[in-house]
Amino acid sequence: MIRINCPYCGERDHSEFSYGGDATINYPSLDASEKDWTEAIFFRKNIKGFQFETWHHSNGCRMWLVVERSTVTHEIKSVKPCHPDLQKVVENNK
Amino acid sequence: MKTRRIDNYGKINRDKILSFSWDKKNYKGFEGDTLASALLANNIGIVGRSFKYHRPRGIFSSGVEESGALVTIGSKDRRDPNVRATTQELYNGLEASGQNAFPNVNFDLAGINNYLGRFFAAGFYYKTFMGIPPLEWGKGTAIWMFFEKFIRKAAGMGSASGLPDPDTYEHAHDFCDLIVVGSGPAGVAAAIEAAEKKLDVILVEQDSLIGGNQLAENDFDNSQIKNQLENLGIKIMTRTTAFGLYDNCVVGLLERVTDHISAPNVNIPRQRFWTIRAKHIIVGAGAIERHIAFNNNDIPGVMTVNASKHYLNRYGVLTGKSIVIATNNDSVYETAHQLSEAGANVTVLDSRTNFEIETNKSFEIRKGYVPYNINGSKKIDSLDISKSEIINKSETINCDQVLLSGGWSPAVHLLSHRGVKPKWDYNNACFLPSDTKENITMVGSSRGLWNKNDCIASGIAGTTSVLNRLGISKTNYFFPKPGGWKNPIQPLYEVKYKKSRSKSFVDYQHDVTTDDVRLAHREGFISVEHLKRYTTLGMANDQGKMGNIIGLSLMAELLNKEIPEVGTTVFRPPYTPVSIGALSGRNVGKHFRPLRVTPMHQWNIDHGAKMIEVGLYQRPWYYPKENETLSDSYIREASTVRKTVGICDVTSLGKIAIQGPDSTEFLNRIYSNGFSKLQVGKARYGIMLRDDGIVMDDGTSWRLAENEYFMTTSTGEAAKVMSWLEELLQTRWTDLNVNVTSVSEQWAGVSVAGPKSREVLNNCVDDSFVITNNNLPFMGVTSTFLKGNIPCRIARISFSGELAFEVYVKSDFANTMMDLLWENAKKYDGCLYGLEALGALRVEKGHVTAAELDGRVTIDDAGLSKMASTKKSYIGSAMRKRGVLKNNDREILVGFFPVKLKETFNAGTIVCEKNNIKGQGIGRITSVTYSPELGHWIGLGFVKGGLDKWKDTNLVGADPVRNKQINLKVVSPHMIDPKGERMYA
Repeated sequence: MIRINCPYCGERDHSEFSYGGDATINYPSLDASEKDWTEAIFFRKNIKGFQFETWHHSNGCRMWLVVERSTVTHEIKSVKPCHPDLQKVVENNK
Repeated sequence: MKTRRIDNYGKINRDKILSFSWDKKNYKGFEGDTLASALLANNIGIVGRSFKYHRPRGIFSSGVEESGALVTIGSKDRRDPNVRATTQELYNGLEASGQNAFPNVNFDLAGINNYLGRFFAAGFYYKTFMGIPPLEWGKGTAIWMFFEKFIRKAAGMGSASGLPDPDTYEHAHDFCDLIVVGSGPAGVAAAIEAAEKKLDVILVEQDSLIGGNQLAENDFDNSQIKNQLENLGIKIMTRTTAFGLYDNCVVGLLERVTDHISAPNVNIPRQRFWTIRAKHIIVGAGAIERHIAFNNNDIPGVMTVNASKHYLNRYGVLTGKSIVIATNNDSVYETAHQLSEAGANVTVLDSRTNFEIETNKSFEIRKGYVPYNINGSKKIDSLDISKSEIINKSETINCDQVLLSGGWSPAVHLLSHRGVKPKWDYNNACFLPSDTKENITMVGSSRGLWNKNDCIASGIAGTTSVLNRLGISKTNYFFPKPGGWKNPIQPLYEVKYKKSRSKSFVDYQHDVTTDDVRLAHREGFISVEHLKRYTTLGMANDQGKMGNIIGLSLMAELLNKEIPEVGTTVFRPPYTPVSIGALSGRNVGKHFRPLRVTPMHQWNIDHGAKMIEVGLYQRPWYYPKENETLSDSYIREASTVRKTVGICDVTSLGKIAIQGPDSTEFLNRIYSNGFSKLQVGKARYGIMLRDDGIVMDDGTSWRLAENEYFMTTSTGEAAKVMSWLEELLQTRWTDLNVNVTSVSEQWAGVSVAGPKSREVLNNCVDDSFVITNNNLPFMGVTSTFLKGNIPCRIARISFSGELAFEVYVKSDFANTMMDLLWENAKKYDGCLYGLEALGALRVEKGHVTAAELDGRVTIDDAGLSKMASTKKSYIGSAMRKRGVLKNNDREILVGFFPVKLKETFNAGTIVCEKNNIKGQGIGRITSVTYSPELGHWIGLGFVKGGLDKWKDTNLVGADPVRNKQINLKVVSPHMIDPKGERMYA
């Protein structure tokens, strides 16, 4: 069972979270071309090792998180809020 | 009947006699017995029939590795098949019976299969069901399929009751610093060491008693150990199996709470499924003794050596009088000594020639001898033995029991669950656990340590390593080297001797013989994974705990390789079977999933509502009067709405408060239609697309103030939309100053629909002026008060196509609102209407719901192209234009009428052209209802090309599942009042 250390709630089972997707995608602007959007939506790297992915603490504080997780061992290296302002709050509270 | 119980042995409580039944006959045992020990004590040798050949089978072991004594416990709805008699504790009134036999295990008619053996060899199923030449693949397959049910009946185990499980199960969770699996010397030493260093420790033992294999020792008493563990504050969990290890130090356990009690308290769960999160796991799961493959090595009376020691010293049962022990290692001699002291005549055959062992000469040792054939069928008559170098007939020993020890396999299963492959150890002829970076440490005989002092030392070393890892200490430690016998083991897996029609078993449970392994090799199934699946070696209840290594060694020999080169199959959870009941826990029946009700749920029921599940919600389905059926009721309700007025609970819609200075911009980005010019006091219907241009959801958003909106979503997509909005705001558009809050539970909503709806509301609001046509035009929104000073929000929104209002109050006022509205609606001969009438009304109007917006439909497919703004960009605006979504042959929303208006049809019907009724056709019907307004059945659905292409052509609705066909006419989806004159009234 994956355990995610939510910066707001503390360490919780993954059953409290919903998986989002690749956290490294820079979604293009809304008026960008079909090609740019196709690239952003459909093309994904199949990473062996650590990858950044988004998780939603859907049964908790509802924060969207960037989780650095190994696809091989499920080891989690880091967890931080997606929103930069929330990141700052978390860091200031450390 | 003679008993095999002997005095002065065992840890059973002879003052407490328990009666139990075996195959409907009554017997007696003692408290502390297992079913197996009680059966043995009562001299019952045959306890089952084998899987394929229906050979008589006895008890092979004294633990979880048992592959012969699988029995059925209990009766009726508490019948539990395939229970290992060796781990089932005896209780008063226990009912047990043999399996896979007719009429019974002693006399089984299907025993004939034993002589048809050559037809039931490895791959039997694969070959049979592919057909036998010349019948393969063609009609032959069907012929053989016909026989399947007979074959399945003949081969197998016990059968489930087929009745609902009357017992309850529960899920439980715990946390600790260290969990120790196994309470043998190593596990106990590790637990004590850790608790003394102030760690929070849980000690898990699958047996009812702690002690591990020490329970097979005559002078072992666990009470002192137990006291010590308890005094140190260690949580001891007996009758609990750690069946699997998972990521992040999570252990799955099954606690058998009442399986050993005759009349358990009904308020206690039968079993408890534990999830324990630890910082570290120490596994001292022990080792399992292997048997040896030779002819007829499955005759009742064959057992592992260690098992007989258990039966003697723990249960006071001497399992044989004239015992031959066959071995290749030192571990049997203490047992041989004890058995002979207890009165048995013991001979040890040791395959080794050069070794020294100290004994008191109370038994004979035949150095360099092996067994090669057992004579007997239902019991052992004698054993043929031979010199180990060349197997030939040399001598026959009369005996009633043959005990086997082909070496020991450390229980590396739990480590294997984590993907850690064990490594082969030549010196000890076994797989040993490999090192892992995970927080798992193997101790005791599960790391190949054969003597007690080494086991204890390894337990302490294990805990020291844990303390170091946790940063509590920095102490050097070392683990003792694997092994510990005075003389080396001599690998011995099979004694080969060709004798016609004899069988030499590798895996007892599925009747896998040495010949099956050779057949698999001949037919090319040489990888261990193929070998397993082709022969079923290592499958089923015991998962090959005893036989796997033998199978591997045979394949290694055939391939001229060493065992590690052949590999080992991966052990997967569970270590021992886990009941489905325990997995589901309390999530059964109406607790299968959460249940959501609206605040006026009881009000609805009190007013005659029949309820229906919509997602997790219970919603009113219809409100029958007297003897009305569902269709009587919904047709009346829908007609009443069109004629006067109806009231419908719509609380289950998702409701989201959207607040902040950038709220308008936010809505303008997520909806396909424009929201930038929506005035305060107005609502707008909107469609959201996904990134890929497909419709996600639809709903309305009400502008309550400059920077505040109230959004409604569909019932089914409410949670998804909420998460989606949060994702956008927290990950993509972090510069937008918007806050979204789910207020679904906070507001109770009702739709008041029909030509008289305004009149009804006039009587219900404080100030009827606010809802006049001028003040509250179509799509107008107002915040006002219901009578009794109840704050409310009203929007003039219509899903039915009639003049209609949605009224929301705080959930606490739901019942008051319903009383007020209903009292006034009755004055206009109004009705309460449910989901079925709601559906009829919206289908008549061609409004789409989840039935249409199924995740494949674009905004154009749904005929809502006008809802896609051309003046702005929004989520999905680029992707909705991609080629595949713009094809001419996409299925477009249309309405359907039957050509013969009296005919009916169903949702799910496939739309086809008249002369081409096949496959997926050219469209599908998604919703069907009787239209009270039109007086016949109508449908909504999709057809390639839409109305323009088919408006003059009759199509066929094919319903192969219900074996129906109907001629259909394609019409506009807006089947009544297409101009919407009623809504604007």
